[in-house]
Amino acid sequence: METTTPDHVLKNAEELRWQLPQNLHDRIAESIYGEAARIAAENVTREGQTRRLRWQQRLDRLLTHPLTAFPIMILILGAVLWITITGANVPSGMLANLLIDHGHPLVSDTLTAAHAPEWLRGLLADGVYLATAWVIAVMLPPMAIFFPCFTLLEDFGFLPRVAFNLDRIFQKVGAHGKQALTMTMGLGCNAAGVVATRIIDSPRERLIAIITNNFSLCNGRWPTQILMASIFLGALAPKAWAGTISALAVLAVALLGFGFAMLTSWFLARTVLRGEATSFSLELPPYRPPSFWKTLYTSLIDRTLIVLWRAIVFAAPAGAAIWLCANINLGDQSIAAWFINFTEPLAWLMGLTGVILLAYVVAIPANEIVIPTILMLTVLVTGAGGGAGAGVMFEPDSTDVVRSILHAGGWTTLTAVCLMLFSLCHNPCSTTIYTIYKETRSWKWTAVSTFLPLIIGVALCILTAAIWRMLA
Amino acid sequence: MNPTHAPGEACLTCPSRHGQLEKLGLRIDDTDFIIALAGNPNTGKTTVFNALTGLRMHTGNWPGKTITRAEGAFSYDGKRFKIVDLPGTYSLLSASPDEEVARTFLLFGQPDVTVIVADATCLERNLNLTLQTLQITRRAVLCLNLMDEAKAHGITIDIRHLSRELGIPVIPCSARSGEGIPELIKEIHTVATSGETPKPRALPLEIPGLRGALSRIEAGLKQSFPELPQPRWVALRLLEGDREIIEAVRTGEIGALKENHPQQGIKSA
Repeated sequence: METTTPDHVLKNAEELRWQLPQNLHDRIAESIYGEAARIAAENVTREGQTRRLRWQQRLDRLLTHPLTAFPIMILILGAVLWITITGANVPSGMLANLLIDHGHPLVSDTLTAAHAPEWLRGLLADGVYLATAWVIAVMLPPMAIFFPCFTLLEDFGFLPRVAFNLDRIFQKVGAHGKQALTMTMGLGCNAAGVVATRIIDSPRERLIAIITNNFSLCNGRWPTQILMASIFLGALAPKAWAGTISALAVLAVALLGFGFAMLTSWFLARTVLRGEATSFSLELPPYRPPSFWKTLYTSLIDRTLIVLWRAIVFAAPAGAAIWLCANINLGDQSIAAWFINFTEPLAWLMGLTGVILLAYVVAIPANEIVIPTILMLTVLVTGAGGGAGAGVMFEPDSTDVVRSILHAGGWTTLTAVCLMLFSLCHNPCSTTIYTIYKETRSWKWTAVSTFLPLIIGVALCILTAAIWRMLA
Repeated sequence: MNPTHAPGEACLTCPSRHGQLEKLGLRIDDTDFIIALAGNPNTGKTTVFNALTGLRMHTGNWPGKTITRAEGAFSYDGKRFKIVDLPGTYSLLSASPDEEVARTFLLFGQPDVTVIVADATCLERNLNLTLQTLQITRRAVLCLNLMDEAKAHGITIDIRHLSRELGIPVIPCSARSGEGIPELIKEIHTVATSGETPKPRALPLEIPGLRGALSRIEAGLKQSFPELPQPRWVALRLLEGDREIIEAVRTGEIGALKENHPQQGIKSA
């Protein structure tokens, strides 16, 4: 019979398939691998073991040994955090001094001198400018230190070892070992982490990885953690230990996030997403000395500035929105005051304040602007910081404006601890939510990924606050 | 005022020193040729991509970093090249999503040249993918990357013999330091513009009954789709029961493939 149409060809192939060996796929793979081995053997010559190979093997034994692997991993993460916290303090204070203590009056006065109407001056100077200035002062220094450190580790070849070590845990909870890689990607940005789950073949394990990715602290949340830890927790310790205590606190939150990811994965793998864990092979790449200056440059330009730019893009309109919220009155109160008073009871239960909850609503587009939003709302709504109402005046010689504003806003150590916990466990930012929808094409799983961490966060905060108050 | 002066520093770093290279970054419109970058994970495809386009896509030392395709462009000798960085894969035989992105592009994206980036420190593993890629496309260049590392490990590779054996040009590179990149660009240009198609080696498939079956299917495919570039590979996939390929044959989509036709519709992956 002549095979002419595509259907004929397909039918023919179907028939012929039965006459071929059952393990055709494997035999083809085998013959390819055999050919590759032959060509390689003919063209490659190798002098025994080199020194470089030996120290790489030694390092690998240390970094993946059951006893030493975890302490070393935690130590390295802790060290990066410590460098970030102690290093970011001084430049942060300088930027706040420059942009807020000096820059803000300058912008405000310039607008007044230009005979701008009061509402426009407020919107631009107290809204847009201040929000943007906060973002830069609060976020730039820690990011400029954290990202290069992280990228250097990544280029050195540390991440695959982390994934290798964590694989044992992931397998125990019924998730995919590559989830370790997607979670480390999430440490940069959760949206990127969610896209990265494409490296996981099994849909079940991929969903688990997507839902739990939010427990990796992202770019936008590290500064919140670092700031809260250094202002409220580091301050509890003697000055020499402040940096270490703050680093330990942030490390604890990051590890708690990992714990929650494992717990949630375990729960999902045993209830709605039941199934076999699939195996995979992970290649441990050789350690490569990172090109230091190049890494520094690219991570500053590409990562730090892009993230900062994103924050500014979201912060400027958010600043305007916040100013409007605080200055448009419904009846006898501003919109912001209505919301804050309305949510205050829940906020109290959670150990937070209404301002923080409002900030988390405003900051849905980007976690980066949570702290700036909190600061602005505190200043605008409660009049803290020395000025009255919408006037924003700071002590001109104060370098630690953030601390003074938050203390004036009635914050305690409990507020800081609960904010750190809530920052870890709350809904993903809108970009991540959208990415989750694009990746899963399911509103159901998008909703689960959005609300599951939020519910955990609310419960966690209420529990923490209750225990704290009982003990205090 | 002085028309004759010694070349300044600007001249030494001028792109024209390496045969009229211009890195076009993201300007990927109106390109003359499409170049695909394929290879195992973590062999430095993205580093090569960055070196060619002047872009700074983030790279990292772990397999699986590039998940989606990245595109960029460069121009050399007046020709514009669009370059597509594919996710790294160990093989093209299975159906995992990242492998599908790579395979679909190699087949349906119809690259004019496929640059296979291989890790010189573990050539054998990289040759598996190289051999599989050569079944899909013949216009390929093997970029033997990480030569600096191979040297540090005391590994030497017979480049000329390897090239003869594979039937495609082999260019040793250290993309991180930029070593070998000018030669690679030149070779890409040569393969893209020359009318001759390289003749890479065929796979020895010593499996009882396979040869005959392949010939029959291949003949059928040639009748239905006279311009199909790699009928033998498609036939092999059909015999293996590859669903994507079966579907492409059933719908006739595979018939849209013609050899050496740049700017074909690229199926979105």
